[in-house]
Amino acid sequence: MKKIVALLLALAMCLSCVAAFAQVGVPVAKENVKVGFIFLHDENSTYDLNFMNAAKEACEKLGVAYVLKTGVDEGQDCYDTAAELAEDGCNVIFADSFGHESYMIQAAMEFPEVEFCHATGTRAHTENLPNYHNAFASIYEGRYLAGVAAGLKLNEMIAEGKITAEQTKIGYVGAFPYAEVKSGYTSFFLGVRSVCPTVTMEVTFTNSWYDEALEKEGAQKLINDGCVLISQHADSMGAPTACEVAGVPNVSYNGSTVAACPNTFIVSSRINWAPYMEYMIQAVINGEEIAKDWTGTIETDSVQLSEVNEAAAAEGTVAKLEEVKAGLLDGSVKVYDVSTFTVGGQNLTSYLADVDDMGDFQPETEVILDGVFAESYFRSAPYFDVDIDGITVLGN
Amino acid sequence: MTRETKSREPLVHISRRGAMPWWRAWLVRAGAIALALAVCALLCILVTGTNPLDIGRTVFEASFKTSRKFWVMLHSVAILLCISLAVTPAFRMRFWNVGGEGQALMGCLASAACMILLRDSLPNWAIIVCMVLASCLAGAIWGFLPAFFKANWNTNETLFTLMMNYIATQLVAFFCVVWENPRGSGQIGIINQRAPYTQLGWLPVVGGNKYLLNVIIVGVLCVLMFLYLSFSKHGFELSVVGESENTAHYLGIKVKRVIIRTMVLSGALCGLTGLLLTGGNDHTLTTTLVGGRGFTAVMVSWLAKFNPLWMILASFLLVFLERGAGDISTNFGLNASFSDILTGIILFFIIGSEFFITYRVSFRRHGGHRKEAIAK
Repeated sequence: MKKIVALLLALAMCLSCVAAFAQVGVPVAKENVKVGFIFLHDENSTYDLNFMNAAKEACEKLGVAYVLKTGVDEGQDCYDTAAELAEDGCNVIFADSFGHESYMIQAAMEFPEVEFCHATGTRAHTENLPNYHNAFASIYEGRYLAGVAAGLKLNEMIAEGKITAEQTKIGYVGAFPYAEVKSGYTSFFLGVRSVCPTVTMEVTFTNSWYDEALEKEGAQKLINDGCVLISQHADSMGAPTACEVAGVPNVSYNGSTVAACPNTFIVSSRINWAPYMEYMIQAVINGEEIAKDWTGTIETDSVQLSEVNEAAAAEGTVAKLEEVKAGLLDGSVKVYDVSTFTVGGQNLTSYLADVDDMGDFQPETEVILDGVFAESYFRSAPYFDVDIDGITVLGN
Repeated sequence: MTRETKSREPLVHISRRGAMPWWRAWLVRAGAIALALAVCALLCILVTGTNPLDIGRTVFEASFKTSRKFWVMLHSVAILLCISLAVTPAFRMRFWNVGGEGQALMGCLASAACMILLRDSLPNWAIIVCMVLASCLAGAIWGFLPAFFKANWNTNETLFTLMMNYIATQLVAFFCVVWENPRGSGQIGIINQRAPYTQLGWLPVVGGNKYLLNVIIVGVLCVLMFLYLSFSKHGFELSVVGESENTAHYLGIKVKRVIIRTMVLSGALCGLTGLLLTGGNDHTLTTTLVGGRGFTAVMVSWLAKFNPLWMILASFLLVFLERGAGDISTNFGLNASFSDILTGIILFFIIGSEFFITYRVSFRRHGGHRKEAIAK
């Protein structure tokens, strides 16, 4: 028995030595490139599905081998999986969930010859590891656009006499009261208000990134509360389905939900991760450095809107969205223009945000530049965590 | 009074067997596993169209391909085994402790609390001592409460321990928000990963292998538990209480004390598992950290007939199959639910085999009616 165990261990060690030959900064032939992907859930989560589709698209386009690992917990499981992928010969490993970050860093320290890329993380720019990188996109611009579509819908409902201008209360199902979520709903709200000035918004948190029942319940609560349009930042079909059942218009996230909600789905914003993944893989092939902190934009095609569902959206939505998008691209429209919102009745003139996440909770960076809250400028992950007037957070 | 009735003999007749020789029992179990694997292989072939040898190799490689896979597997076995050992003394006493999940989670919570709250004031060794004490105490309290109510008012321990799991989960969820990092995220991440607290409260790495210490600790616990149950006076007492409380009274055993003492031990060991998870391996606190192993442990303990040494085999088997099923899903591009289906099939057969070991199934011999006398 001992001999067999010893033999197995020896065999295992040999295999792992052979696997770990890759090196950072040296070009790798395409056929030797292997990309490892770590996902929190599987394709039943709209969030992970969005990543999985992008991963397949990027790898197939570049013709490299890849491994997808789904259902990887935000714990030691993530480190173990990353380490296994590294030993399995992956040159670059990507993880998709915020909670994976500290485990990806742990793995990056142990495998300096492998590149580790992490979406939505905050620590790459302060951690100083040459092989650890963060990425995100200026999704607040996409949310803003989706908000414009929602505002047009509200205007149409007013014009049709379904609601009065005073009843333009909308609802938002958020995950956690975290900067990424706050930035998301605030930009969405500012988008709505840019076309429908009377709007107010109620936000409820599920305190979970993925909980279909809670999200459904949250949406239902908002609808019962008199919200006439719902959007969400949570990853299941909970809120869209609740809206379809109640016949309340819904602005979605992570991808179109028109198949399940043909009567209520208006439009969805999403991050297209394929450009980043292509960039990351191409950098490995060329032996180039991957940016520490990469922010995708509308220009890089990282921020996208789905097809507008004409059945539910207001007339002229497509044209208006094109116009606002052009404004965002040429800089004439700024989402977080501080003159468009107030905090406690005052316009913001200065704000310190906790951009350098050192675990100290100390905001240290002035983020108001030239009258605009410079979101995703000092680092890719959002840090807009201001509670602005017009948005009410419901207690649970 | 006697009366005659016509009754139809049932087609299938189930009766309790006498003791089956151990080798036959194990033959039945091995047969069940082989059958389960065959059904799984068949399902895989139908779904993926790959040949069964590939599938077999995938299952094997999931645990043995690299030394890391081997150690991760060994570590998973150790954690599952540790909770199984913890719930076993209670089971021997016929106290159905299904609260291993919550008791272990409380151990995780207590360890995390020490790592976070004491890191500014105590040296590393003192933090670790506090973690050991706090995690055992937290688990012990979670074991004590249902035992106290059972001993004094004969409450239903299954429901009580089950409900305690939810309280533990909610407590952990609450503290995840209290200690969240960064703010608003509801997550703690790796505790004490960065300077100035680098690795404070992390259990030491032995022999350059981060999984080894936990494996050794559980190995020692396993032997101790075997000795405790088989050779100590406590072990004898709790078995007697399990067989019959009246006999226990007659023998002068203080039943209440045995119930509470055993559950405190059970809970403390679960709490210790929490320490191994939070202090030794994961260095974090989440509501899913124990990951259902508190319930799987119930099955491990049953399958091994409450014998700590057989539990090693039972935990290995479950972990081995679960890892194999997981890799089948990823390697053949199937949904994560597919691995749950495979695990489900395997467990179904294993548990089913116990039925055939305990009961005999006979079929009706001749199809006719028969007269039967029923005495009233």
